[in-house]
Amino acid sequence: MLAFLDLTATAPHTADERQRALQSKPPAITVDGVNKCFRLPHQQFVTLKQRALHPFQGRTYDELHALRDVTFEIADGEFFGIVGRNGSGKSTLLKCLASIYDIDSGRVSVAGRVSPFIELGVGFNPELTARDNVILNAIMLGLSRREARSRFDEIIAFAELDEFVDLKLKNYSSGMAVRLGFAVAVQVDADVLLVDEVLAVGDAAFQQKCFNEFDRMKAEGRTIVFVTHDMSSVERFCDRAMLIEKGRIRNLGQPEEISRQYSELNFGASAHSLGGAAAPAEAMPVRILGAWCEDEQGERIITQQQGERCRACMEVEFTETVNDPHFAVTFRNAARHTILVTRSEIHGPGGRYEAGDRRIVCFSFVNLLASSRYELTPSVSVPDLAAAAEVEDMASLIVAAPHWSGGVADLPHELEVRRP
Amino acid sequence: MTTRTGAAMAPSALGDDIRRFVSLTFTLAATEFKLSFFGSALGYLWSLMRPLMLFGVLYVVFTEVIRFGEGIKYYAVYLLASIVLFTFFSETTSGAVTSLVQRENLLRKMRFPRMVIPMAVSLTSLFNLGMNLVAVLVFALISGVQPRWSWLQLPFLVLILAVLSVGLAMLLSALYPRFRDLSPIWDVVLQILFYATPILYVLSIVPDEYERLFLVNPLAVVFTQMRHAVLDPQAPSVFEAIGPDVRLLVPMGIVVGLFALGFWVFKRETPRIAENL
Repeated sequence: MLAFLDLTATAPHTADERQRALQSKPPAITVDGVNKCFRLPHQQFVTLKQRALHPFQGRTYDELHALRDVTFEIADGEFFGIVGRNGSGKSTLLKCLASIYDIDSGRVSVAGRVSPFIELGVGFNPELTARDNVILNAIMLGLSRREARSRFDEIIAFAELDEFVDLKLKNYSSGMAVRLGFAVAVQVDADVLLVDEVLAVGDAAFQQKCFNEFDRMKAEGRTIVFVTHDMSSVERFCDRAMLIEKGRIRNLGQPEEISRQYSELNFGASAHSLGGAAAPAEAMPVRILGAWCEDEQGERIITQQQGERCRACMEVEFTETVNDPHFAVTFRNAARHTILVTRSEIHGPGGRYEAGDRRIVCFSFVNLLASSRYELTPSVSVPDLAAAAEVEDMASLIVAAPHWSGGVADLPHELEVRRP
Repeated sequence: MTTRTGAAMAPSALGDDIRRFVSLTFTLAATEFKLSFFGSALGYLWSLMRPLMLFGVLYVVFTEVIRFGEGIKYYAVYLLASIVLFTFFSETTSGAVTSLVQRENLLRKMRFPRMVIPMAVSLTSLFNLGMNLVAVLVFALISGVQPRWSWLQLPFLVLILAVLSVGLAMLLSALYPRFRDLSPIWDVVLQILFYATPILYVLSIVPDEYERLFLVNPLAVVFTQMRHAVLDPQAPSVFEAIGPDVRLLVPMGIVVGLFALGFWVFKRETPRIAENL
């Protein structure tokens, strides 16, 4: 228990030190102004017959710019995360680093031997047994035949597939094949490991094993480029992370910041519909024009780090004279459970408003909600007129937290262990 | 610690480590060979079966029905030997046509010298040829062919055949991702070659005025010389058949030229092969 406390106390310190140490090292990977464009022909394949019949007809194709002017460096020994939505160019970038694809312009340089684990695998032949596949792939990744044979047992042990070594790969489940592929990729002792989406399949036990392996490789000072959609592992392992969107680097920085931005990219679309999209019934004495969250500086936000001060705001317009209205904002989480309701009436009487008055009402609180996506439903009720205005899910807020506790809110707490 | 920069970062045809290239080619070929061997109950028999069946059919037709082979010494052995050699050629080239597309998941996920793929296909066929040639030699001895020193020419003839086959393997495998009708086209070409090459017949049967034209075909050169060196020293050697030796430059030029062309095309296509599959 003491060790645990110690560790957490020194963690940020060592992370800082690690950052500094990494920055002083030479880059293991340099990517400089890289462009990659795919030509997608309108016809899937061209035949010699067509060529012979229409010798002067040019091929028509669309151009897909998978990477545009990508420039970054990864230090030797760094754990580097790449995140982005589907089709943003992550895998293409990885394939360029692995020199599976050629680049159109720019420069890529990688120091040392690369072990790629791309698109869930290292390229197995389904007709061959696991044994043959492992040997073959280890040689492809740069081991000699003898080294490959001597590593074989470790690879199988890591994949926990001892019973299935002589089974053909086509009889493997997809999870087993991924496990075997990942085992080969990590056991060949490459200087640079490129990992694409290893956590997407595989059971919980295997994920834990991957995590342990990441920790080990990180401690050994190996350079790892890690592509994933799992933001918690980005925050947990990566020294730095990069967000790419439509082939461009959108941001590169601290993993927490990147993961927040990534969530914003994924869930943020609905935030544009902010504003009185859904107008309440005509008869209402009050209309809700908009709702949003802002930070302490009054900047509107869609995502927020847990522990920061949050203001849930709504803008309302009165169409009649109203006495003592009650304002409230309801927070529901992704599971549609009501987590938090802020009410104005507990703060005292609501005051009097004339027709045409517009007001912004804000509830300010320290955001201790657990990491999730929350939908905000603003409402105004007027007890005198027995009327209420409400717009369901008018705004949303994504809370990012360093840990996932399992509860709906993370209240500050202290730990004490004592003898009975 | 090597640093790969600039052009060296592109997927390469040969790689920078010749030992790795060889060991990879060998491993791929060996596993493929093992697959055909242990993949079915009869294993090796099947790989021998195809040329044997073809031989059996042709032999019956040309000795019993058309009575064509009677005037040719060791016609049966010649027929079998040339079928086996031609099988190597056709197996290598037609196997190579689709080889890259078939190994798409390797090419899209791994960095390795791309040339390994057609080379491994060729090497697998070469293993098969080795096994089949043993059967041919046994058959030859049973038929009464006397072993002679000139049998030592056989490896050299196989080498010429292999260079030709590998050249075409590189060319065809590199072009197939672009031209998907290459596969049926090549099947037809192989059939034409089967009849244009002295397999069912021997070169001396061909009318004199066409003989030299036939010998433009490197396969005909190899098979004719094989007949002279292995089966029947009385049969004309290729040097006698072609007239002045300098004419041999034409078929040999074709072999070398096709190899160079195949190598050049493959190398040119290599950087983009993975994305065009």
